[in-house]
Amino acid sequence: MFLIPDPVGRFFHRMASPPHFYAFTEKLMPWLVGIFLILLACGLYGGLYLAPPDYQQGDSYRIIYIHVPSAWMSLFIYIVMATTGAIGLIWRIKLAEIVAISSASVGASFTFIALVTGSLWGKPMWGAWWVWDARLTSELVLLFLYLGVIGLYNAIDDKRTASKAVAILALVGVVNIPIIHYSVEWWSTLHQGPTVTKMDKPSIHVSMLVPLLLMALAFKFYYVIAMLQRARLELLQRERTANWVKKMVTEQVQ
Amino acid sequence: MVAGAALATAFALKSFNENLMYFFSTTDVSAGKAPKDALFRLGGMVVKGSVQRPGDGLTVHFKLTDFSKEVAVEYTGILPDLFREGQGIVANGKLDNRGVFVAEEVLAKHDENYMPPEVKASLKAAVEQKKP
Repeated sequence: MFLIPDPVGRFFHRMASPPHFYAFTEKLMPWLVGIFLILLACGLYGGLYLAPPDYQQGDSYRIIYIHVPSAWMSLFIYIVMATTGAIGLIWRIKLAEIVAISSASVGASFTFIALVTGSLWGKPMWGAWWVWDARLTSELVLLFLYLGVIGLYNAIDDKRTASKAVAILALVGVVNIPIIHYSVEWWSTLHQGPTVTKMDKPSIHVSMLVPLLLMALAFKFYYVIAMLQRARLELLQRERTANWVKKMVTEQVQ
Repeated sequence: MVAGAALATAFALKSFNENLMYFFSTTDVSAGKAPKDALFRLGGMVVKGSVQRPGDGLTVHFKLTDFSKEVAVEYTGILPDLFREGQGIVANGKLDNRGVFVAEEVLAKHDENYMPPEVKASLKAAVEQKKP
C-alpha cells in the first residue's frame, strides 16, 4: 500500500462504490465522446487522404487502418476482461465483475471486425479469403472464447455466481493471447510478421504510422465509451433494489 | 485446474506444431521431408528470371527458393495481384515423379514493410549506389 500514492488509492476506492461510479461516468461521457470523434476524424483523414499509397499494395493497404487497430483491441480488451475478472474473483468487487462482462461483447465485436477485414484484405492480396494458418486460427479461437464468456454469463441466473464462472473461463483463455501475438514468429504463416510491435523500429513509413496510431487511440476511446455504457446499464439492473437507484429514479421523475 | 489448462495447452501447441506449420520450405522438399503423393504447401521466393509462360494459355512455370535450394513449380490458373519475381509465395499442390511441384493454388505472402513508392525507389537507388 506504500507504493500507491494516496489520491490514486482514494480514486479507485471511490470508483468501486456504485453510486459514485454511476455519477462520475455520466459526467465523463461527453468528454470521452468528444475526444473519440476528434481522434477518429484525424485518423481517418490521415489514413485515407494524407497517407501515401504503399509501394507494393497500392491503395488496398488502407484497410490496415481498421484491421490492425481492431486486432490490437481484441487482444487488449481480453487482457482487461481477464484482469478485472481476476480482481472480482479475488476481492469480490462488484464493479470489477461488471467491467469484465461489459468488456466481453465489445471485445467480441472487435475480434469479428478484425477477422472480416482481414478476410476482405486477404482475397486480393494473398488470393484467399481464409487460410488455416496459426495467426488466423488462434484469432478465431479468441472469438470463440469471447462468445463462450458471453454465453456462460447469460446461462447462469445468479449474476455473482455467473461472474465467478466467467472470470475462471477468461483466465484460462489468457493462454491464447501470447499464442496469437507470437504465432507469426513461432510458425511459418501466410499472415505477415509484426510491423509496428517489434523490437527494432517499425517497418512502416512514418506518414502511414501516425494515422494508424491515431486510429488505435480512437478505438481505445470507443471501447471505453461502449464498455462504460454497458457497465452503467448492468449496474442499474443489478442494483435495482438499492436505495441510491430508487432515490435517483424518484428525483428524475419529479 | 491450472495444471489441467497447462496440459491442454501443451497438447494443443504440440499438434499445432505438427499440423499447422503452414508450409514446407524448398530445402525440406529437396531433402525429401515433404509427403509423397499427397497435397502439401510449399513456400519460398520466386526466383528472378525464372517465370516462363510456355504456350499462350494460363500455364506458368517458375522456380521457388529459400536462398539455399530451388524447386521447380508448374501452375495453371489466375495468379494473385502480388505475384511477381522476387516475391514470397505459398503454393498448394503435390510433387510429380519428375520432382516438379504441380500447384493447384498459388497464394502471395507479403512482408511487413509499408512505405510510399518514392521511398522504395530511393532505397533501391541507395542500395545500387553502394554495390559497385
